Amino acid sequence: MSNANQVTKPGFWGWLNKRMPVDSFIKSSLTEYFAPKNFNVWYFFGSLALLVLVMQLLSGIFLAMFYKPGETTAFDSVEFIMREVNYGWLIRYLHSTGASAFFLVVYLHMFRALLYGSYKAPRELLWLFGMIIYLALMAEGFMGYVLPWGNMSYWAAQVIINLFSTIPVIGGGLVEWIRGDYGVADATLNRFFSLHVVAIPLILLMLVALHLIALRENGSNNPDGIEIKEKKGPDGHPLDGIPFHPYYTVKDIVGVCFFLTLFFIVVFFVPTMGKLFLEPANFEPADALSTPNPIAPSWYFTPYYAILRAVPNQRIGALLLLIAVLSFFFLPWLDRSPVKSIRYRGWIFKTFLTIFTISFLALMWLGLQEVSTLYVWLARIFAVGYFAFFWLMPWYSRWDPVKPVPERVTYHA
Amino acid sequence: MSEAGSQTVDSPVDESRRKFLTVATSATAAVGVVFAATPFIESWAPSERAKALGAPITVPLAKLEPGQMLTYVWRKKPIFIIRRTAAMVSQLPAHDKELKDPESKDSDQPIYTQNEQRSRRPDLMVMIGTCTHLGCLPKPHFDAGDPTPSLGPTWPGGFLCPCHGSRFDLAGRVFNGSPASVNLVIPPYSFPDDNTLLVGEDGTKKGAA
Repeated sequence: MSNANQVTKPGFWGWLNKRMPVDSFIKSSLTEYFAPKNFNVWYFFGSLALLVLVMQLLSGIFLAMFYKPGETTAFDSVEFIMREVNYGWLIRYLHSTGASAFFLVVYLHMFRALLYGSYKAPRELLWLFGMIIYLALMAEGFMGYVLPWGNMSYWAAQVIINLFSTIPVIGGGLVEWIRGDYGVADATLNRFFSLHVVAIPLILLMLVALHLIALRENGSNNPDGIEIKEKKGPDGHPLDGIPFHPYYTVKDIVGVCFFLTLFFIVVFFVPTMGKLFLEPANFEPADALSTPNPIAPSWYFTPYYAILRAVPNQRIGALLLLIAVLSFFFLPWLDRSPVKSIRYRGWIFKTFLTIFTISFLALMWLGLQEVSTLYVWLARIFAVGYFAFFWLMPWYSRWDPVKPVPERVTYHA
Repeated sequence: MSEAGSQTVDSPVDESRRKFLTVATSATAAVGVVFAATPFIESWAPSERAKALGAPITVPLAKLEPGQMLTYVWRKKPIFIIRRTAAMVSQLPAHDKELKDPESKDSDQPIYTQNEQRSRRPDLMVMIGTCTHLGCLPKPHFDAGDPTPSLGPTWPGGFLCPCHGSRFDLAGRVFNGSPASVNLVIPPYSFPDDNTLLVGEDGTKKGAA
């Protein structure tokens, strides 16, 4: 803070730093911000999420220049973007593929936290901010999916908004208030547009700032789950730390190159990803009198959707859906293990994490299928696997035979 | 003001006065926030135009044959109007044991339709065609014994929701094993005359059970 003033540099740079802490900020968060030297590929996804956020903002700003909210104009304006706006197809596919990429990257980012115990003390708040980002992202993704006003947009809005009707007493009135009409209508579409392009992006940016501030406070966790700040050299820097810039900025660029290669293969060659990113029913205009068959949400919501469908009581189904999402919030307090990283955990945790991962993916797949008795039962079994990971954790994480954690990070140069 | 202005830096702070002013200012601000939020929250409620468009609708019934169904839209919701045959009505009590709410005790309907047929007139079934689970459109499967896997040969005739597989009978009553918990909702309706249906208004009690 004050050292920027003590070193008076000549010229514009000196003038600038006397008025704004540019130099000290670059030092504290890049060139003298020490990150563990043993990051692996799992540590790409944080910076990739930031990249996708910027890409979504950029493509979104341009889409909003051509999109016209409103139940008579929305669908046509999306077709206008696809067919007549110069490179409109590219901008729209960037945005629609970006939505799926965002969730993919965020899910991998979250899985990394599960692997290495990054949510554990002292990073509980960092994890909570991340989880609120995930919730905001779900709202953003859902509302964005409604905007093209295709038939799947319409029915997704119908089903998701009706989830609120299961709340006792206030449910019915609340649903009417959210829709602004007696059904999903023009009013609903317009408010979703406003929330999708203004309110939630602003909230997301603020949350990302909070997430990063909380990250800087304790620094990143690492694949060994060791606090590098506990072992400092004579210069006061962590022995196992390296400056974020240039080491990790350059490393992250490698990740960006790989990511963008895969991303643009999808954008250019398979933008609908075989009905997964853009569903066929959404190429038909919204129709209040025709339900698409089957109705399925975007792939990134299907694990929760499968849980909802598996319950024969709608109120309990909606409640379980809510608990399924919110369970992540409690992880820092459910986990009683003395070690963070999976490298030093025992077979019990590894087994539960494997069951959870299989359950999550299986539910994701089941949520995309048509209902049948077999699938409903499978969804119930995998839902048990999903919830067991979280709510048995206070016990199994304590019983888990952990291995001794080394003093310093393991690193092979 | 003059008293505060004459205070020197060293004057002792009146802690209780400071506390009172802090609390009073915060409370006033909190009330202000509630008032300021009200118009914004209220703006989300259905507009006057939406309310006007939600007025009752008239349905002519003369051309509706027994066994047929008409779908009208009222308040953005599909209204199913079914002219039930005598056979369809008479088989209704037969499967009461397979239903979650056979007497419609937990379901939403006007009192004049809370009877065995769930209607003002046994031959005419009027209900909102959105699944009480999550608002999809149940599809008509009127014929008894249906090849659809989830229905099968014992199917008495009714509706199947394509989204999550909820099943309803010809009075909109939900079958056991469906994700929906309550029967299909019945809107307020009345018959100005024998061949006209008015959806959205209880009207005169003509034909009431």
